[in-house]
Amino acid sequence: MSLLSEKLKKGEFVVTSEVGPPKGANVEGMLEEAKQLGERVQAINVTDLQSSVMRVGSLAVSKLLLDNGLEPVYQLTCRDRNRLALQSDLLNAFVFGIQNVLCITGDHTCLGDHPEAKPVFDLDSVSLLQTAVTLESGKDLSGNELDGSPSFFKGAVVAPAADPVEPQLIKMEKKLAAGAQFFQTQAVYDPKQFESFMKKAQTFGVPVLLGLVLLKSPGMAKFMNENVAGVFVPDEIIKEMDVDKKDRKKKSMEIAVRLIKQMKSMCQGVHFMPLGWESLVLEIMGEAGL
Amino acid sequence: MIVTERKPLEEILESLKNDRKLFIVGCQGCPEGASTGGPEELDSLKIQLADQGKEITDTSLVDFLCNKVLVGKRLVRKEMAILESDAVLVVSCGIGVQATGAMIPRPVIPALNTLSMGGVQGLWPSSERCGECGDCMLETTGGICPITTCAKSLLNGPCGGSHEGKCEVDPEKDCGWYLIYERLKTLERTQNLMKIQPLRNYGKMDFPIERRHTIYWALEEEERSRR
Repeated sequence: MSLLSEKLKKGEFVVTSEVGPPKGANVEGMLEEAKQLGERVQAINVTDLQSSVMRVGSLAVSKLLLDNGLEPVYQLTCRDRNRLALQSDLLNAFVFGIQNVLCITGDHTCLGDHPEAKPVFDLDSVSLLQTAVTLESGKDLSGNELDGSPSFFKGAVVAPAADPVEPQLIKMEKKLAAGAQFFQTQAVYDPKQFESFMKKAQTFGVPVLLGLVLLKSPGMAKFMNENVAGVFVPDEIIKEMDVDKKDRKKKSMEIAVRLIKQMKSMCQGVHFMPLGWESLVLEIMGEAGL
Repeated sequence: MIVTERKPLEEILESLKNDRKLFIVGCQGCPEGASTGGPEELDSLKIQLADQGKEITDTSLVDFLCNKVLVGKRLVRKEMAILESDAVLVVSCGIGVQATGAMIPRPVIPALNTLSMGGVQGLWPSSERCGECGDCMLETTGGICPITTCAKSLLNGPCGGSHEGKCEVDPEKDCGWYLIYERLKTLERTQNLMKIQPLRNYGKMDFPIERRHTIYWALEEEERSRR
């Protein structure tokens, strides 16, 4: 069983973070970042062509992390593969020893750097979770017997700051019914909003890891509010980020530490999305008492 | 002509399991030509459903259900019977089901699967679109098609890119699942969203050989033999 699942089962507070595979063949830099993080976090998500931008795949990088003694969370989206390839990649992951799989629908192809590409979406996040469960039962989606079945610790995502939030909660419940064993959230910056979300979400009895994107500037916060679905940075926080450029890292850390302290009692872990500021994660963890 | 096939009765009954009083709307356009709709089919459905303990409040045949204005005009005459019903069974292609769903405050249940829109050019004055998926699920989505309104044709609810009711591919475009959610709210059927949809069978999008014995197909064959 994956260490992430063991810790969550024991009720320990867990911290995960993520790396984005590079566009090109040089993986050393990314591996260095991952190793830095790996000293302190429980598992590291590997994004799957995030924002629909072509790069090294999440399966290869998840395997590289494993080879380097780190525990990956293999992110798998439905954008680029039909049900044959998705089932095959789930088997591929398992034979590589990858146990944590995060099942996601994926951004539309038109948002990325190959907007002319055909979007697949043969399955979606819910049916991908079901697919993993089906493979675990020793069958494929057509009901054929498998010679040896895999087993996974299956995760899914949810956006507590989505507006309206009810369809998100309904889908979360559906993902749970489909086989999700843990959730990582989209970035949250409003503890009140998270509290009301968790009021309902905790009734599902499934571990929820609070998502945090480190803010880099007021402009980035405004950009996310306008362009990133399911993310809402309150005005006060945008104003707080309005400091001298050289003080922004410090301010960003201060905000992250405060948000963690305010929300950690409501959830079972934190998921950092550092977007290049990996080096800050360890310090934030220290100051937040994680 | 749009080619449709009757859904198996068991499937229709499953969609109607919580509804007893039904109004039936039929399209007199393409379904009549494809022998899946029209007066005879409506009568046979009426009898089959009555046998299963359903009460048919009334029926209505409309020349072209894809013409929303016409649908509204015709159905307003039977408003009382429609409002008295738990759901409305629609015997038409996916566009007719969606057009009907947009005009009446009751859940619409498709009786047919839409296999091909071949030759439909020139009609279709409404904004609804049918994806010819061959496996109509409009009964769970409040009469709004997720195949054509969702940029990813998702079957199980909005993706993370849905923002304030808009789609991630275009801020001007409505999120189809948001529209479905809002419609189901007004129909008091948001519990429909909990249903995990079976995987799509893309094989159904191929024109099935047994449906070729239609007027449309026959005419084309005749054309070909004349050449």
